[in-house]
Amino acid sequence: MEKFTVLDATAAALPTPDVDTDMIIRIERCVRTPRAEMGRWAFEMARYRADGSENPEFPLNRAPFRDARILVAAENFGCGSSREMAVWAIAGMGFRCVIAPSFGEIFYGNCFQNGVLAIRLPAPAVEALLETLGGATAPVRIKVDLPVQAVIGPDGTSHRFDIDPLRKKALLEGLDAIGMTLTREAEISAWQAADRARRPWVWP
Amino acid sequence: MALTLFDKVWNAHVIADLGGGTALLHVDRHLLHDLGGGKALAEVSERGLPVRNPELTFATADHVISSAPGRTGGAHDWAQVLVDSLRLESRKAGVRLFDVGGDEQGIVHVIGPELGITQPGSLVVCGDSHTCTNGALGALGFGIGASEILHVLATQTIEQRKPRTMRARFEGELPKGVYAKDLILALIGEVGMAGGVGYALEYAGSAVRALGMEGRLTLCNLSIELGAKVGMVAPDESTYAWLKGRRFAPRGAQWGAALAWWKTLASDPDASFDREVELDASGLAPQITWGTSPEDTIAVDATIPASKPEALEYMGLAAGRPLAGTRIDRVFIGSCTNSRLPDLRAAAEVARGRKVAAHVRAWVVPGSVGVKRAAEAEGLDEVFLAAGFEWREPGCSLCVGANGELVEPEARCVSTSNRNFVGRQGPRARTHLASPATAAACALAGEIADVRDFLA
Repeated sequence: MEKFTVLDATAAALPTPDVDTDMIIRIERCVRTPRAEMGRWAFEMARYRADGSENPEFPLNRAPFRDARILVAAENFGCGSSREMAVWAIAGMGFRCVIAPSFGEIFYGNCFQNGVLAIRLPAPAVEALLETLGGATAPVRIKVDLPVQAVIGPDGTSHRFDIDPLRKKALLEGLDAIGMTLTREAEISAWQAADRARRPWVWP
Repeated sequence: MALTLFDKVWNAHVIADLGGGTALLHVDRHLLHDLGGGKALAEVSERGLPVRNPELTFATADHVISSAPGRTGGAHDWAQVLVDSLRLESRKAGVRLFDVGGDEQGIVHVIGPELGITQPGSLVVCGDSHTCTNGALGALGFGIGASEILHVLATQTIEQRKPRTMRARFEGELPKGVYAKDLILALIGEVGMAGGVGYALEYAGSAVRALGMEGRLTLCNLSIELGAKVGMVAPDESTYAWLKGRRFAPRGAQWGAALAWWKTLASDPDASFDREVELDASGLAPQITWGTSPEDTIAVDATIPASKPEALEYMGLAAGRPLAGTRIDRVFIGSCTNSRLPDLRAAAEVARGRKVAAHVRAWVVPGSVGVKRAAEAEGLDEVFLAAGFEWREPGCSLCVGANGELVEPEARCVSTSNRNFVGRQGPRARTHLASPATAAACALAGEIADVRDFLA
């Protein structure tokens, strides 16, 4: 997994609440599109018009957001289906960090599996960022500093964020979750041996 | 210390405390399906990682298969590739597959409980957000992503941060025409679709105790639609009676040992929850959604609210008018929410001796081969066919849009599934979520209708 330390990059705003993962990537794209091409189909239903051209009304099509690597979103972002392709699609668009007041929980976990930093900030802080970005006519930069756990807004305001220490370590060092758990093989085997005695009916 | 049902089941699966509130948990049951199962098995194999416990892993074909009578596999070319891959990879890995054409195939969250794979106190994961359904038996079930599937295949464990706890109590007797689906839609309407984010939810109260297992499965199924990854009901005598004798349920002396443990799982009387909500079940009317989120729910005889103009535009509806009387095009009775035998009985009770409106195409898709055969043994298929419904083969069908079965653009569908999201049933499709009985009533009326008018 690609490491994440400090990201100083253009930010984009998507102020719609409850964006579900069906909206982020349609189910047919999940199974028919190679991962490397998934970014093209992110937000397909809102992003393109029926004739395949870009929908100018869709916020992420705005010129100042073109090269954005940070996505600022609204409440409950990524709710719904567990499809991890929603993260692949967003990462495929170039985003490495998503900031929102709250997330769908499965989506939130999937972000960290793919080196994408998902940050929960208090709603007023996110609203301020959405407002600044929404009114911007030129690209606006935000700095995300994982080691010190802070988001530094375009006006210099710093917002501290919480992150699970394990997830932080995995992002900073680019660790592989399976590899880390496999180092605990002896513990897993011992637990299973004890469980076979404790709950034999679980074991077919 | 007083513990909740969730705490007890969580604690029984902790292999290691990883710090920061995160634990490494043992997975008792890993369910795979055709949408990603074959690919996941192939990927761990390519990485040189054996499936650690194939005997705890179970696969079925449901998402991408056709529900058309006479079907044999994938709904179309790419779906067939996925089904073939699941067949090949599960055979190579020694994972049991409930294949199309077999006696036990069905929707993953229907067959897990039905075959006794899911048991009280077990930890169940699946690459599907509706894995919360399995909590109806007192299991700890939750959906996982593609990376986590690989992790479980390789290690039989999952890393999880312990959520907070929430309890929803439904008290009172259900009025005529009100079912488990109406209870949970009303709750989602009450707390909102993010109301349960960060919580493991337990359903309790006299109305929940009175529900059969299938009703509890419906209740738990929609937990994720209010943001809770986990929804559970404490196991009780109904649970044990329902589970006993099922194919993978404990037998003989093991049944007694399991039962003794299961009986300790209910939340302690003085256990505290981080959040509590209560709903009066006896005052509810049949519910139906009007917008593009499951929280957009109203009583079927209420008027459409003005709170979400974009949703109303998508749905082709106007605020301030009654929802009842709105002309519909399709009806779908099925999905992991509402495709079990009592669901089909409730719909058949409404449909018996009546006719589906001429302009409506109405489908009944049983959740499993087991459900289908049991319904046929009672003659429910004949009731539906005589009324003009299509009687189809088990699978996810119109719920998920992954099998070529779609609602046409701007067509209006009353569906017993769990998501009315934009485009969920097909590009620009308009979905109204409701109970099987309400869906059947709408099919007959040809418009959104109050099921109470169809019940004696």
